[in-house]
Amino acid sequence: MIELQQVTKSYRRRGTGRRGGEVHALRGIDLTIRDEEMFGIVGESGSGKSSLLRLINHLEAPTSGRVLVDGVDLAQLSPRARRAQRRRIGMVFQQFNLLANKTAFDNVALPLRLQRRRERERVMQMLDFVNMADRAHQHPSLLSGGEKQRVAIARALVTDPGILLCDEPTSALDDHHTEEVMDILGQVRRELRTTIVLVSHELDVVKASCDRAAVLERGRLTAVTDVVAPPPRQAFSSYAERAQRYLA
Amino acid sequence: MSGQEAAGQGVLGRLDELGASLSAYRGEMLQSIAETGVMLGNSLLAAVLLGLPMGTWMYLSRKNGPQPRTGVYALLNGYVNVVRSVPFLLFVVALIPFTRWMLGTSFGTTAASVPLAFVAVALYARWVEQTLLDVPRQTVELADSLGASTLQLVTRFLYPEARSGLVLSLTTVTISMVSYSTIMGVVGGGGVGDFAIRYGYQTYEYEVMYATILIMIVVVMAIQGLGTWTSRRIDRRLR
Repeated sequence: MIELQQVTKSYRRRGTGRRGGEVHALRGIDLTIRDEEMFGIVGESGSGKSSLLRLINHLEAPTSGRVLVDGVDLAQLSPRARRAQRRRIGMVFQQFNLLANKTAFDNVALPLRLQRRRERERVMQMLDFVNMADRAHQHPSLLSGGEKQRVAIARALVTDPGILLCDEPTSALDDHHTEEVMDILGQVRRELRTTIVLVSHELDVVKASCDRAAVLERGRLTAVTDVVAPPPRQAFSSYAERAQRYLA
Repeated sequence: MSGQEAAGQGVLGRLDELGASLSAYRGEMLQSIAETGVMLGNSLLAAVLLGLPMGTWMYLSRKNGPQPRTGVYALLNGYVNVVRSVPFLLFVVALIPFTRWMLGTSFGTTAASVPLAFVAVALYARWVEQTLLDVPRQTVELADSLGASTLQLVTRFLYPEARSGLVLSLTTVTISMVSYSTIMGVVGGGGVGDFAIRYGYQTYEYEVMYATILIMIVVVMAIQGLGTWTSRRIDRRLR
């Protein structure tokens, strides 16, 4: 369970006059995300949704208030213990953040290597899970955006974290690859029972996948709602097929 | 005989002359190349063993870096700036007492490596810092999100992603050191530059001097070629 209690985040911006002073990214956020749910955070850019996500694994520290993950406040831990705790929370980024000089396999193996673990089968199992086993030894520059994001998901899940944080995971992708990635996330949820927190500005993506969603506006939580799933969409095998059906 | 042929013979004649004067000094020439090799080897070893960690530390400790430490950064940055700003000839002379204290002598090829090493460390440290700054910030964020320690950030994220830049900058430092090493004759360091001055310039055998310069151009081109080739081979980023 993830709990945010009266969380505030502000930055001090340098400069004078209107440009300087405090910027309030988040104000007075109270939020609980339950185990095994898929939770969406929506809002326009600059609403603070990425900051909110980064508070959960403490990539950003709250200015005030508390963030508890399974009852543990990461702010209270020593740097070492915090690092250990972070390994139990996977993260997926908008720009994938794959290491360009490492193969898909080595990218997925990276979190294990940080723990001095060398488990080839586990890495292949995860690549297989995201349907990328046949591309294991290719470098990211040869992969499409959707394929890169699938490798990134495999990397985030290879250490079997209980929570997966997704920061605009489909915003750099076209519709076809977006569906591919969202299908994988749905599969993660069903088969691995991972709690997923999904930040996106794309309402369709959140509506199609999440159980509940929070709406952020200028740093404030304006609503937390149950998501009503849309009617099941048609499956298309390729972008071309989708484009043709959609346009015709 | 046409004018063209005459000109051709003229060039060939010059080359013959060059070859003759070089073969007369072959022993000294080879000796001096070996001395340059020793000076380059020592200073580059220092660059990698000290300059690489130093530049990495500068990258980490700078303002807005992963581990900001203003004091550390000011100290390292100061070293780099001071060493790079003192005219090299003066630096060599000024360092004589230190070299003598360290090695017991301030004369000879090994002693000449000391000031070269100081410069190589400073140059490479700055290059490393700048090369690491080109690694995307997201890579650092990724390392953080995976719970990497600072050492792991460096060895598993920064170096693998920056490796081709690190090789290219070491290449640049190597070539600078070739140039710096040519004046080490002033402290008895010998080397190719010293050879060209003593046997070429000072004995009025300019062919020897120009031949030496030619050899150095070839050597520098070879070093650059090797560096570029290596860095391309290990670069898997989008080209």
